[in-house]
Amino acid sequence: MRSSDTRTISARDPHIGQAHRRETARRHLAGRGRFVTDIALPRMLHAAFVRSPMARGRIVEIDTSDAAQSPGVVRVFTARDLNPLCQPWTGTLDHFASMVSAPQNLLAEDEVLWAGHPVAMILARTRAEAEDACELVMLDIEEGEACVDGHAALAEDAVRAAPGLDSNLCFQTVLETKAVDDAFACAAHVVEGDFVFGRHTAVTLEPRAVVADFDAASGQLTVHHGTQTPYQFQDIYARHFALPESRVRVIAPDVGGSFGMKLHLYNEEMATVAASLQLGRPVKFVADRLESFVSDIHARDHKVSARMALDAEGTILAMDVDDMTQIGAFSTYPRTSVAEGNQVVRLMGAPYKMPDYRGRLSVVFQNKVQTSQYRAVGHPIACAVTEALVDKAAVKLGLDPIEMRARNLVPDDAYPFVSATGYSFEKLSHEACLSKLRDLMDYDALRAEQAELRQKGVYRGIGIAPFVEITNPGAAFYGVGGARISAQDGAVVRLTPSGEVQCAISVTEQGQGTETVISQIVADQLGVSPEQVKVTTGDTDTTPSGGATWACRGAGIGGETALRAGRKLQGQILALAGQILQSDPADLALAEGHVVDANSGTRRMPLAEIGRIATYRPDTLPEGADNSLTAAQHFAPSGYPFDFTNGIQASLVEVDVETGIVRLLKHWVVEDCGRIINPLLVDEQIRGGVVQGLGPALFEECLYDETGQMTNASLADYLVPMACEMPDIVIGHVETPTNDTILGAKGVGEAGTAAAGAAALNAVNDAIGPLGAQIHQTPMTPLRVLKALGHV
Amino acid sequence: MTMDIELTVNGEQVRESVEPRMSLADFLRERLQLTGTHLGCEMGACGACLVLLGGKPVHACLVLAVQASGETVETVEGLSERGAIADLQAAFHDRNALQCGFCTTGMVVNAHALLGETPVPARDEIRDALSGNYCRCTGYEAIVDAIAETARKRASDAEASA
Repeated sequence: MRSSDTRTISARDPHIGQAHRRETARRHLAGRGRFVTDIALPRMLHAAFVRSPMARGRIVEIDTSDAAQSPGVVRVFTARDLNPLCQPWTGTLDHFASMVSAPQNLLAEDEVLWAGHPVAMILARTRAEAEDACELVMLDIEEGEACVDGHAALAEDAVRAAPGLDSNLCFQTVLETKAVDDAFACAAHVVEGDFVFGRHTAVTLEPRAVVADFDAASGQLTVHHGTQTPYQFQDIYARHFALPESRVRVIAPDVGGSFGMKLHLYNEEMATVAASLQLGRPVKFVADRLESFVSDIHARDHKVSARMALDAEGTILAMDVDDMTQIGAFSTYPRTSVAEGNQVVRLMGAPYKMPDYRGRLSVVFQNKVQTSQYRAVGHPIACAVTEALVDKAAVKLGLDPIEMRARNLVPDDAYPFVSATGYSFEKLSHEACLSKLRDLMDYDALRAEQAELRQKGVYRGIGIAPFVEITNPGAAFYGVGGARISAQDGAVVRLTPSGEVQCAISVTEQGQGTETVISQIVADQLGVSPEQVKVTTGDTDTTPSGGATWACRGAGIGGETALRAGRKLQGQILALAGQILQSDPADLALAEGHVVDANSGTRRMPLAEIGRIATYRPDTLPEGADNSLTAAQHFAPSGYPFDFTNGIQASLVEVDVETGIVRLLKHWVVEDCGRIINPLLVDEQIRGGVVQGLGPALFEECLYDETGQMTNASLADYLVPMACEMPDIVIGHVETPTNDTILGAKGVGEAGTAAAGAAALNAVNDAIGPLGAQIHQTPMTPLRVLKALGHV
Repeated sequence: MTMDIELTVNGEQVRESVEPRMSLADFLRERLQLTGTHLGCEMGACGACLVLLGGKPVHACLVLAVQASGETVETVEGLSERGAIADLQAAFHDRNALQCGFCTTGMVVNAHALLGETPVPARDEIRDALSGNYCRCTGYEAIVDAIAETARKRASDAEASA
């Protein structure tokens, strides 16, 4: 049976592994993108929000009478009007035992809990008119004491960040092996450090955007939503607004960047849906840049104390880590704000043989914007702490950083391997990656050049950072905690009457090339070219339900779904062709747009002929022949709970010890994402990811004052990485396919971000170490570097 | 209060009545449905809204529509349709120098202006010229490559026809 064909990928799959270009790119290059920000519907209203100017306070009075009279204004909503329409949401999951978070609703009810918390909503004919009216809302808030610092928030008498909390501790957990204390007691060397990782945020160039369109006559709600997870939002809108799921359609057209930020639920999107339900008109909300900074989720914000025990030869014996992460006044919904810290404490030491471990995680509330999952959830923190300690150990033992890693990486022949934190690795390739990196960067020559330049007062540094990345979460990942977040995906593949192919699939596209990768995979199953496969994504009415795009699952899980759907259709086509040609389907195959003889490759009939007969002349088919040329297939990953990937990065920097400015000279990555479906797209995922990791290592930080005000909420003040500051990035690959799927692909989207910052941190410390300086805080701003050097 | 403005946009005469506070970007996007001009920061920092005003790149979010009255404006749609950036578009496509596409139109407009001023820029010059164009997806290298490749091709084509 072809539909249960489990043969592996081979030369018979000519497009898998090729650098096919993205067809959709042509539209964007011509200015023909279709973003939610571009959508204008008849009778559409524009929403603007009045926000709390302070981090904490009690609402005394909201007077909207002047705003309601303002030109162009159609309605003004406060919590009293709008919140009853919506079932409140609470950002907890069952598998994070004892975690707490206060329930949330659309607009602030009695208390404001962060500077930016939406209090009132204005609907007007234009956004400008809505903003004018915002100025006329009289908001009387009695300012209260804000909870700003996480350590202070944990004091018993600390003011609570949200009403109803017994303490500001959202969640706490400890992972521990039995012998961790013995390991430290017996250690020949112990290295340690206190690390601070600043808050930063996604800064997608297209801000969050939503157009909600409720048609009261049909009861249909259509939401055009710039998101990576349309099915998740279909479910949320249906449940929280008590609508039948079939009457909720979520469409994600072109999305101008997402990176995890656009899969969380936000007050503004929910309020926009509520307003459309209430008014029966389309309502549009597009966050402006200031609103993005004070309402998009922020990321990271960790304070970590860590130590590492080693024997006399430099073998890592154990790590002991305490991570305190600060998440805002609520845990986000529906994925929580705990997953980040949870992955931090589980990824510590992941590349190494390290037998013992203790990791303590405290997730703490405060009156700031919520933090949550963002590209490479938890990875950059775990990687930076681990690798900084490994480098400290190397210095202490007088070992080269490469040698230090070679002694401790899990050997390539030691798999399957279970980490001290409990992760099961199917097959990783740390040693192969280390060896390839060493050659790729010409390590010895760089060290020689570094030493030579040092004589001339030029301070260069080289930083190395191996990493493990979590990709393709299994079916239980969120589901076990009670979240309605799918870990399976679905595809419908059909042969058109003219012999072309269409594939509707639940994984989504934000520019990474999902649709191209799917077209390559499907093309190979049906013997056509990728250009003949039209892929549809991002619409809950026209594609099957699935998890969509997050946690690097598009290629691995979405790709496997497409492969299996394609093979199912292949079986149907061959069965039908067998009847038409009076041949055994087992003797037939599909290639180059034809049904061919499986052995000789001789063309028997074009696919277009199959399409024509099945569609227009089924009367000519033998009695009982099935003319179905559509196949549907869902796929839920099984086997290992995650497809872990691995790789290693290196950064070369030059530190100006007079100004504290760090210049990134070059960056290298060797990465193993399993089967590579499209090397061009894989490399660009890595490059983009690296720069997204370098940004917060050097520039990006959401700065707050002591009252909880964000003080740099604009693109002039918040520094994103720009072209002139970023290095060229050299990439190499090792390819270890997973045996859990036919396709063998793992994920790659977060690999670059996972270790780029760690490599840069180690590089800076390598540059300034000989001056007796060390830096343990990111971003490594010029001022912090100068402080580390003792110059200020 | 509104003001009447008259300008040439992508070769077409346009006459509209606008509020004095309306930006050129909003005018292009909302009045003329030229949605290829994008808004990322509305303060001239991100470069997504770059258009040509009198042949020079400007941030359409920082120019008022009334300031463009009597002027000639060209957007990515105009450049694309008259074939002025066909080689840049092909190079961006081939090098995968875009992901989400939101910064892309501003990048292409800026690259077009750069190559008009400096036909064969060095890699550093390209990076410098892009210092006002923010891209979150690509990490910039592919964009630099695509622009460098276009410059190289233009130079070698010019040499061949000389």
